[in-house]
Amino acid sequence: MPAEIQPTASIAIEAAAEVALEDVGRGRLVMRRFFRKKIAVGGLVVLVLLLAFAFIGPYLTKWDYKSTDYNAFLQRPSSSHWFGTTQIGQDVYAQTLRGLQKSLVIGLLTAFVSTGLAAVVGATAGYFGGWADRILMWFVDLLLVLPAFLIIAILSPTFRGKTWLIFVFLLAAFSWMITARIVRGLALSLKEQEFVQAARFMGVPPRKIIFRHLLPNMSSLLIIDATLNVGGAILAETGLSYFGFGVQPPDVSLGTLIADGTRSAITFPWLFLFSGGALIITVLAVSVIGDGMRDALDPKSNSSRNT
Amino acid sequence: MAKFLLRRFVNYLILVILATSLGYIVASTSLNPRSNFEGRNPAPPKASVDAKLNALNLNDETPILTRFKNWAVPALHGDFGKTISGQSVSEEMWRRMGVTLRLLLIGSILGGALGVAVGVISAVKQYKFTDYSATVTSFVILSIPVFLLAVLLKVGALNLNQHAGTTLLYYTGEKTPGLSGSFWVHAQDRLQHFILPTLSLVLGQVAFYSRYQRSAMLDVLGSDFLRTAQAKGLRRRDALVKHGLRTALIPMATFFAYEFGLLLTGATFTEKIFGWHGMGEWFIDSVTSNDVNTVAAVTAFSAVLVLIAGMLADLAYAALDPRVRIK
Repeated sequence: MPAEIQPTASIAIEAAAEVALEDVGRGRLVMRRFFRKKIAVGGLVVLVLLLAFAFIGPYLTKWDYKSTDYNAFLQRPSSSHWFGTTQIGQDVYAQTLRGLQKSLVIGLLTAFVSTGLAAVVGATAGYFGGWADRILMWFVDLLLVLPAFLIIAILSPTFRGKTWLIFVFLLAAFSWMITARIVRGLALSLKEQEFVQAARFMGVPPRKIIFRHLLPNMSSLLIIDATLNVGGAILAETGLSYFGFGVQPPDVSLGTLIADGTRSAITFPWLFLFSGGALIITVLAVSVIGDGMRDALDPKSNSSRNT
Repeated sequence: MAKFLLRRFVNYLILVILATSLGYIVASTSLNPRSNFEGRNPAPPKASVDAKLNALNLNDETPILTRFKNWAVPALHGDFGKTISGQSVSEEMWRRMGVTLRLLLIGSILGGALGVAVGVISAVKQYKFTDYSATVTSFVILSIPVFLLAVLLKVGALNLNQHAGTTLLYYTGEKTPGLSGSFWVHAQDRLQHFILPTLSLVLGQVAFYSRYQRSAMLDVLGSDFLRTAQAKGLRRRDALVKHGLRTALIPMATFFAYEFGLLLTGATFTEKIFGWHGMGEWFIDSVTSNDVNTVAAVTAFSAVLVLIAGMLADLAYAALDPRVRIK
């Protein structure tokens, strides 16, 4: 008898071990794949440094982004004003950090919200099919015809003087459409698979199927997309802020800083070089990370070979 | 195929009409033209402000649906009403449209062609120096927003001009006002004004398209039909262009439709920064001056352009992919 039990038990143990191994293995595999790409790791390090810089940096100087130094107008970078000062004596270092904070937070939030929205709409359209699908996809088409930039610019007077969170919401509301299409396509093929069918025939309500079965099964895509969207969101935010349609004074973002700086870009380069540089480095870091994530999470993907 | 294109066209047309209507309604609820007239010193009586607003169909006390009807019926016949200062929107639009279209046309043709070329070369020379440098360059360019790129180009041009001792590249306006001379003098002047704005748009386009073209081309490069074509005795170059590139171009048609909206936005920055008096510049100015009718007209213009881009993408799709034609 023991001789008979033992193999079964050992198989069970082995199976359990295998499951455990796979469980750890997947996460570790993804990590290993990501960290193998030196550029992606470099991007991550740069992004962490930028975040630290944006949030800790302001404590290192006595100047605030709103305060003005009446003894220093348009000064070159110096020991008291590390990045120089503006026409009215604001400290460029403090302003750049504040702008970086704002742009980073807006970029991260927008990407998160827009991917979430895309996931829900896309999965709903794909899972239900029929009229729900047709109406939702048609709505996607409609929003794609209207350039987001135009609509947010037109709507900008309505959130002037109110919280910047409305701006984040608007940015997200006009940037989820393409992802939603991709999610819909995935949902269409996932819903035919046995585990979804089984859940459906067991009487699991659609909402639960979407959130428990469909979305977790495309988490790789969603994570990749959210990361890549951060860069796009930052670019959209700074673009709108550049024209005064985004972040409103007295608050600043990298976009408003660049706009203020470029008026005298040629004679006083420090007014826009730091904010411009910070913007380029941020977007570059985020897009490199997104690319690394794509390679790590989805080795089969089309684009994984292209970097 | 005609049926497929016609169905797409009708679909797009409805979208354009809806998008424009939405644009008008959003603009007229969000912008406040009344403040333009009230803000004067001494403050004018309300009746005279109302009279001015009524004449322009901008009175916020008229129900929005009535205003919409007053605007939409002539708009369908091509009359977009009056600007806030009383000029005809349509006339001004005709003047400005050419400027933007020139920029967009050259931007998308040059950007698309160069982008595809760079992408194909990168794919063929995968993991070689050419490929790496193209990849790094396009990653950097894609991280620079148009407005920053435009400013950097301006600074670069200024340095170049200083080194050359004469003005090689201009960065304000479309041409030198009051320039006299032969056709060639004018052509050269236009070119000198043209290079920087076009570069600010085309660079981003090339970077964008080359990334996708490279990955599409890589998918095709390892395929059986390409090997077969070469086995039949086709030269590698012919096989790559006639069989490989043609297949790899199909997904690009879709990207073209998406990217065009972004190009349109980019052109707004280019026009504003380089002082070209096109639709984009007009849009920015009219949002700031609460000019509802103009904003709606620009929305209509961009919706129509996106429609045309979408139709062109569908046409390209049908031309490249025989499966679409049979359906």
